[in-house]
Amino acid sequence: MHKFANPAQFTKLATRVLPWTSSFAAVCFLFGLYFGIFDSPADYQQGETVRIMYVHVPAAWMSLFTYSLMAAASASFLIWKHSLADIAARSLAPIGAAFTAITLITGALWGQPMWGTWWVWDARLTSVLVLFFLYLGYMALVNAFDDPEKGSKAAAVLALIGFVNVPIIKFSVDWWNTLHQPASLSRLDAPAIDISMLTPLLLMALGFKLLLISILIIKMRTILIEKRIEAKQLLKSG
Amino acid sequence: MKKFLALVQRDLILVYRSANDAWVVLFFFVIAVTLFPLGIGPDPSMLQQFSGGIIWICALLSAMLSLDAVFQSDFDDGSLDQMMLTSYPLELLVLGKCFVHWLTTGFPILLISPVLATMLNMNLDSYSTLLITMLLGTPTISLMGGVGAALVLGSRLSGVLISLIILPLIIPILIFSVAAISASGEGMEISSAVKLLGALLIISSVFCPWATAATLRHLTN
Repeated sequence: MHKFANPAQFTKLATRVLPWTSSFAAVCFLFGLYFGIFDSPADYQQGETVRIMYVHVPAAWMSLFTYSLMAAASASFLIWKHSLADIAARSLAPIGAAFTAITLITGALWGQPMWGTWWVWDARLTSVLVLFFLYLGYMALVNAFDDPEKGSKAAAVLALIGFVNVPIIKFSVDWWNTLHQPASLSRLDAPAIDISMLTPLLLMALGFKLLLISILIIKMRTILIEKRIEAKQLLKSG
Repeated sequence: MKKFLALVQRDLILVYRSANDAWVVLFFFVIAVTLFPLGIGPDPSMLQQFSGGIIWICALLSAMLSLDAVFQSDFDDGSLDQMMLTSYPLELLVLGKCFVHWLTTGFPILLISPVLATMLNMNLDSYSTLLITMLLGTPTISLMGGVGAALVLGSRLSGVLISLIILPLIIPILIFSVAAISASGEGMEISSAVKLLGALLIISSVFCPWATAATLRHLTN
């Protein structure tokens, strides 16, 4: 693990991995969307709108997964002072914010026909909105210092504190009586979803995960290149 | 304990010497509350329904205004560095600073809130609940805000930034307080919400000084 904390090693590995992850993501999306839109049954209650699930649910999983990754990267930055962990956390924040925004928007589009309202203030929706605010707060804090090192440290601490919200979101549908339905997949017994719907859902989830890895690699490489340009310019001017 | 009291005394003297700052926060609270009847209309029954929420939201915003100053002046003139160099545990120092912040902002707001509750036509049964939630909630805000104050230390726009990062985290205080106040107005049981507020206070009084001290050490070395 520590071997890849070297930026040069990372860039080498990332350049080799990126074409695979991005093309596999495209394949997953292609098949996932095809099965989701054309080759899966409409829900007996929800009708055709159930197809929003194939974007909404994976995006919601990713919003939590990305935050957990960001918190883990922040922790390893604070503990081992790896600058690559800091770059990873910085890059993850806008990606996670985008996933959360997709979750909220598709949720609203789904809620309107199903619940008759774009938005309700129930525990699940509110806690996801708070997650979105936490991402924005992280992004505001990380760029608010003249010394970028300080920004990284402060934002890393904030990411760890904000992690409190992740289990709250996960269990909000069990702890409170919410309009949002409880989990259908991660249950102790068999998933409460038919295989014809489960296949596109899992394909989309895999696609989202590969998309995350691809964007993360691109963003981290960009930041590394920016840092090198900055260092070279400093050398030139100094 | 003697050192702790000396620290609290020093900070209180500092606040007393620039008493204007403490008054400004209290004024802001009163003015912000006053805006609501003017904005949503003076209908007494509607105000009664919203009174708890209005007072609590304004209390949160007033606390945000004053929080970024908790470490700022000591950071600017270097005395924070000196205090961190002493053998005195930084966690207790932080606790003292948060206590002074509460005593000079949260506590005055608590004292004046019944007056504003009257102006908002709050249900008579809710006054005691309002005071209990304030007594448990405002110290929690000062403690959690201490973490935020340490995080934004030395940043640009620290005042706005602290609201951005701390307000999402103190939403539970608002939810439980307003739930207790509206339950008491309807003659219902309030103990579960109050217990949760108490739990938040206990957890944050253990965890927050530690987190604040860790942040200060990370950011000022």
